[in-house]
Amino acid sequence: MATSPPSTHSVGVSVPRTDGTAKVTGSARYIDDLPGMPGEIFGRTLRSTVPRGVLRGIRLDPSFDWSDVTVVEARDIPVNAILMISEEQPVLAEGKILHAYEPVALIACPDRLKLDRAARAITLDIEPLPAILDIDTALAGKDVIWGEDNVFKRYLITKGRGDAEGRAASEAGIDAALAACDVVVSGRYETHHQEQLYIEPQGFVAFWDDAGVHVTGSLQCPYYVHKVLKRALDLSSERVHVTQAVTGGGFGGKEEYPSIIALHAALLARKSRRPVRMIYDRTEDIEATTKRHPAIVEITTGCDRDGTLRALKARILMDGGAYMTLTPVVLSRGTLHAAGAYRWQDAFIESVAVATNTPPNGAFRGFGAPQTIWAIERHMDRIARAIGKDPVALRAQNLLRSGDTTATGQTLGLSVGGHACLEAALAESGYHEKRAAGPAVNGRVARGIGASVFMHGAGFTGSGERMLKGKVAIDLLPGGRLQIRTASTDIGQGTETVFRQIAADAAGIPVTHVDFAVPSTTVVPDSGPTVASRTVMVVGAIVEGASREIAERVLAEQAAGGGSFTEAGDRLLSREREVSCLKVYEPPSFIQWDDTTYKGDAYPCFAWACDIAEVEVDLDTFEVTVKNFWSATDVGKAIHPVMCKGQIEGGTLQAIGWALCEEVVWKEGLIKNPRMTNYIIPTSLDAPPFHTTLIEEPWPYGPGGGAKGIGELPMDGGAPALAAAIEHATGLIADSLPMTPERLHTLARTA
Amino acid sequence: MKISFKVNGAARELDAPPLQRLLDALRLVLGLTGTKEGCAEGECGACTVLLDGEPVNACLVPVGQCQGREITTVEGLGAAGHLSPLQRCFIDHGGAQCGICTPGVLISAEHLLRRNPDPDDDAIREALAGNLCRCTGYQRIIESVRAAAVLRRADARDVGDPRDVGDARGARDVSHDRQEAP
Repeated sequence: MATSPPSTHSVGVSVPRTDGTAKVTGSARYIDDLPGMPGEIFGRTLRSTVPRGVLRGIRLDPSFDWSDVTVVEARDIPVNAILMISEEQPVLAEGKILHAYEPVALIACPDRLKLDRAARAITLDIEPLPAILDIDTALAGKDVIWGEDNVFKRYLITKGRGDAEGRAASEAGIDAALAACDVVVSGRYETHHQEQLYIEPQGFVAFWDDAGVHVTGSLQCPYYVHKVLKRALDLSSERVHVTQAVTGGGFGGKEEYPSIIALHAALLARKSRRPVRMIYDRTEDIEATTKRHPAIVEITTGCDRDGTLRALKARILMDGGAYMTLTPVVLSRGTLHAAGAYRWQDAFIESVAVATNTPPNGAFRGFGAPQTIWAIERHMDRIARAIGKDPVALRAQNLLRSGDTTATGQTLGLSVGGHACLEAALAESGYHEKRAAGPAVNGRVARGIGASVFMHGAGFTGSGERMLKGKVAIDLLPGGRLQIRTASTDIGQGTETVFRQIAADAAGIPVTHVDFAVPSTTVVPDSGPTVASRTVMVVGAIVEGASREIAERVLAEQAAGGGSFTEAGDRLLSREREVSCLKVYEPPSFIQWDDTTYKGDAYPCFAWACDIAEVEVDLDTFEVTVKNFWSATDVGKAIHPVMCKGQIEGGTLQAIGWALCEEVVWKEGLIKNPRMTNYIIPTSLDAPPFHTTLIEEPWPYGPGGGAKGIGELPMDGGAPALAAAIEHATGLIADSLPMTPERLHTLARTA
Repeated sequence: MKISFKVNGAARELDAPPLQRLLDALRLVLGLTGTKEGCAEGECGACTVLLDGEPVNACLVPVGQCQGREITTVEGLGAAGHLSPLQRCFIDHGGAQCGICTPGVLISAEHLLRRNPDPDDDAIREALAGNLCRCTGYQRIIESVRAAAVLRRADARDVGDPRDVGDARGARDVSHDRQEAP
């Protein structure tokens, strides 16, 4: 066509991130940077100090001056329920207390110092009850705090000889399959809580006017907040307005919990009739908000003497905390990743999530998968030990290829990059030479190297995207510009830059001609939540399609009436006044999933990776230093290579922290280290040099020429690669996390 | 108590309780919200500022101790259109993700490069050890500082004031992972 738009390319190029200037000059406005509104007051939450009890009452000290203090109790709430998967979690406790730090009352006051005094002038009259604080006690079911048996959710995945009517017959089938194998290996693997520890604590500002309630805050999912506010405040959709402020990290921690803070601030604003600012301090943020689910995974496998894997039997237990929140979905993803990246003829994977009297656990990057991948990867090392085979050779022998089927019976087709990742990481790291040379011991320091191989499903599980129907709108603006309207938020990962790149290339315009609307539910459609490694792959694909449709209309106008892209666009706009495209996601039609049998295409596709860690272990102190870390990751297509590597490295360091130093210390249901001083995350001195290789096996249904979701994947492989490296260096076999010096020392003593 | 000091080169005077945190004086009184609060106990470094050229955690410094002294915050490093090489390189090399630690990291890096124009990676890691970042894994931050050091040395050779050319040079010299032919 003679009138084609100027040829441009931004996909695949690391363009300057569009929010970069604001962030490096300090002008980006995070929630606590927003100027105070006239009459604004400060809000605060009063919480239970015991893990379980009966709330007898809330007493206000009559000698205190309450004239300018707003107090909200459960009776002030139109519908005292937080609507997530279920709605048994109250906005404020009423009658019973199910976990420490559970919100009981809210207060607000114009004077921050007086707010502290007011908090001390309120007594929560709670009669303590014996608490259930671990998975085993919850499972025993002698004391019930949720449903009939403390069980939030169960899943069962079966394949081959595990397929039979009913659980007992399935188990008999897998046991028979295991009994027929040459080598049977069993192991038990444990993982612990992890705090997201985004550097910006959570917070909201709320106010009411004639249009309804307005909340602005640090959040990942505007429409989650919208749904919760609408239900608890008993409002119609159009009277709830949720806006994202610039958000200082999320990692899942700002997926579901922000709804609660927004609601608390909105309730205080409703009763006081003033704007309310509610910003958590670090201790409140660590104590009250969600964490990664602890898990126990028991695995028994059977294989041939040469290492060919045959049968897998796994049992997964997760601690959901006191309320259901997102636990069934976390358990689902964990269960679906429990078979690892390997071929199994026969499988039986069952999982249970239980309730305990601990703060509800929730979304954290990886969403259940890091727990089960830790287990299966450690178990692969155990099998290798049992049959005397190199652990990487065992992995390569059994690693899924295109044409193989997963544990759910999904036949892998395109974009299956596991082997390419493994080969690249081995070559880059010199793994084989270092491994063959044995652990290098220099004085009291031993050096070792270890590997993990893994895949992570991109996008929502099964039919999730089909039910969700994510939407994006793109508007033509004067001057040949486009505006993207989406509820997918940029929380640091670079969404607004990458979406601009995708839209620009789809329309054939420069990336600087694309705008990104602030995510506010009043103006953006529901694109679904910013979770599940779905933003680039799923929502990016909607952006691409919508942008292409708008461009086609402009090009048709150009063909009919001539002029440049900009002139044709302006002509179209002056004639039609509004030129927009609202597009709904259409998943690839071949994806088939059965939610009742848990069989079929669990995910549209998987991202793949191989991690290799090189460590030094001090044999006296058992301090572990990560000397180098190699990752080769199949991302499909890197829209922005620098930011893509940044995701991989940042996620990997969170995995390293989880493995080596991060630990939530509990005592009788309370957190003993709710501060940055004693919840230890890696610093620049603890972080290794990262050597990151991007492998591109395009996923044809992904945007920009085949991008897959990789947000969560890098959280999966760090811990098992480190454990393998520690094992190589010291011979110590760690099956539980974290691998702190104290725990390694205990292992060495008991070995 | 009346306190006079210099903030980003400009004389400022404020009336504040002497024990008010410098962080609150900057954010709430002077409206300089580029300096962030992450932990309020000197652990995360998001509130790092230069006090007489030395990095401090503004959450731990009482404003009463700042009488007659000079403070540099992220707002003093450069503004849109006049980015310093360091700021430019953080954009181009992926040093900033969520951005909440970035102001403090930039201040610590600025302090390093003033003392040591050619730091190796270990020196960069040491200088940034008081600034927690949860997004990047630090790799891109280190590369950003390394690239900025190169630019600053080149600027020091070529011209007087590095800020005059930092912007354009940063945009031109950046080697992206992959550049496609137009």
